[in-house]
Amino acid sequence: MKNVLNRFVPRGYIPFQGSKTIINSSKRKLIPEVYTSNANKLCGSLAEVFDKLNITDGMTLSFHHHLRNGDYCLNMVMQEASKRGIKNLTLAPSSLFPVHAPLVPLIENQTVTKIYTNYLNGPVAKTISEGKLKELLVMQTHGGRARAIEAGELSIDVAFVAAPAADKKGNANGVDGPSACGALGYAIPDVKYAKKVVIITDNLVENLDYIEIDEKYVDYVVVVDKIGEQSGIVSGTTKITRDPVALKIARNTAQLLNELGLIKNGFSLQTGAGGTSLAVASEVKKIMLEKNITASFASGGITAYFVEMLEAGLINELWDVQCFDLEAVRSYKVNKKHYGMSSSKYANPYEEDVVVNKLDFVILGATEIDLNFNVNVTTDSKGLLIGGSGGHSDTAAGANVTIITTPLIKSRIPIIKKELTTISTPGEDVDVLVTERGIAINPKRTDLLDKLQNSKLNILPIEQLLEISYQYTGIPEPIKKSDKVIGVVEYRDGTIIDSIYKLGED
Amino acid sequence: MKIGTCGSVESNDCLITVKESSGITIHLESIVKEYFGKQIIKVIEDTLKELNITDVEVTCIDKGALDYTIRARLITAIERMNKNA
Repeated sequence: MKNVLNRFVPRGYIPFQGSKTIINSSKRKLIPEVYTSNANKLCGSLAEVFDKLNITDGMTLSFHHHLRNGDYCLNMVMQEASKRGIKNLTLAPSSLFPVHAPLVPLIENQTVTKIYTNYLNGPVAKTISEGKLKELLVMQTHGGRARAIEAGELSIDVAFVAAPAADKKGNANGVDGPSACGALGYAIPDVKYAKKVVIITDNLVENLDYIEIDEKYVDYVVVVDKIGEQSGIVSGTTKITRDPVALKIARNTAQLLNELGLIKNGFSLQTGAGGTSLAVASEVKKIMLEKNITASFASGGITAYFVEMLEAGLINELWDVQCFDLEAVRSYKVNKKHYGMSSSKYANPYEEDVVVNKLDFVILGATEIDLNFNVNVTTDSKGLLIGGSGGHSDTAAGANVTIITTPLIKSRIPIIKKELTTISTPGEDVDVLVTERGIAINPKRTDLLDKLQNSKLNILPIEQLLEISYQYTGIPEPIKKSDKVIGVVEYRDGTIIDSIYKLGED
Repeated sequence: MKIGTCGSVESNDCLITVKESSGITIHLESIVKEYFGKQIIKVIEDTLKELNITDVEVTCIDKGALDYTIRARLITAIERMNKNA
């Protein structure tokens, strides 16, 4: 079956019908929250937890990714599962990183046969791309995962929560202790709706000043030596890029935002981490200082740069679902206006007053974009899994203006494609593409085009930008791709926006 | 043996090594070989022809360089090889 974007949808899945179709025509589904009846929660080891919860074949275990590439907990739990010879587990980690490489043999020997996640890279991603996961990989969005959990579609038997601080009653937070990672936003739906919840901590305390996870949801608390490596939280670069191409893109983006009137008192924004995003923030900051403008809030994964703007009074509030660096972790603990939010509050399409819907603009990346502005952030052009939507489609759907910033060419590969390898975010939600050699506006945004009528920026049809990239690179030869489906990209409403194929030709 | 190198293995660049040899041999290792392998070989062959070079072994380790970069790296590698005489 094909969906509205003419992409294949495997049998048994609902095809994508447009970004707002299902959400506007259906009601929020909520299963009841699950409270514990257990009073004696402290366990001496993960083995004891496995015994008490009787974790067996075929169960679904979930994890959150705030320790990012420094996480030890998923590997610890899976080592115990493997030791016991448990098979056919479904995993639902909110993301997977290179640190989770020990999962590779467990996928190969079918300890793990199904995975739901929002983002993955490294050895596990490669293994799944090679077709070694028995069942289909389901790639969700941050908001879509929250929705699927609260609706009971993604039913979790046991949620494991890596907690930098916890008490023996099961209250926990992300801010205290040697492994502090800040906001625990992605773990919140798991904690509320999983049948059982296990806190894993390396910092058991008598009393917590700040409670992010309430004891009423928590069944067991287990203390381990170390839940992770704090330095592994830091996501990519924390310095503004010096790459002249990226700086040009950042300047073009800031000027565009200015000409669109988006940098005005009380505006709101989200950018990713990474050098180009920080460079955009830096250019926006210059305009704010020049015009004496303050922003109402910035959201998403929070970086040191936004903390600095908060502390300088340039941004009134930060809404943080996960901290991208240690400066953000510090700020989340001490700054009153640095708020935590659950993934649901951040991006759930059915959440009232959801943060993504209040964004004036969001700056996002792309590994590929097509002539209809559909974006791929899930695979590279050969089909290897290298990421995933995370909050990409959620913010694109919510923000008033969605801007993709990318070099026109990366290592000779033109980023604009006639056909995408994988669609992550639908073009109907993507408004602007900014490259170093020109800016393309989605033709359906006639309001933006009107505002830019007298602009000196180099605004071109996206087709022309593709031609320009071909002038530099030549036309790439078509490559043969496998037609074996190994996964699906689930849009935030639970429909399938695209399928993911095995790497290579067969 | 006369040998010359030029370039780097940074993204968007290539590292070209040329050695005196009999006849022309080209070895290509490229991150974009599936898409542009034939085009890269052609650029190398055309550049050698322009320089009237008929006896050389070229090794190109490509990290997504554009044609003009490949050409420039090759020409300089050959100049360096000749200087090493």
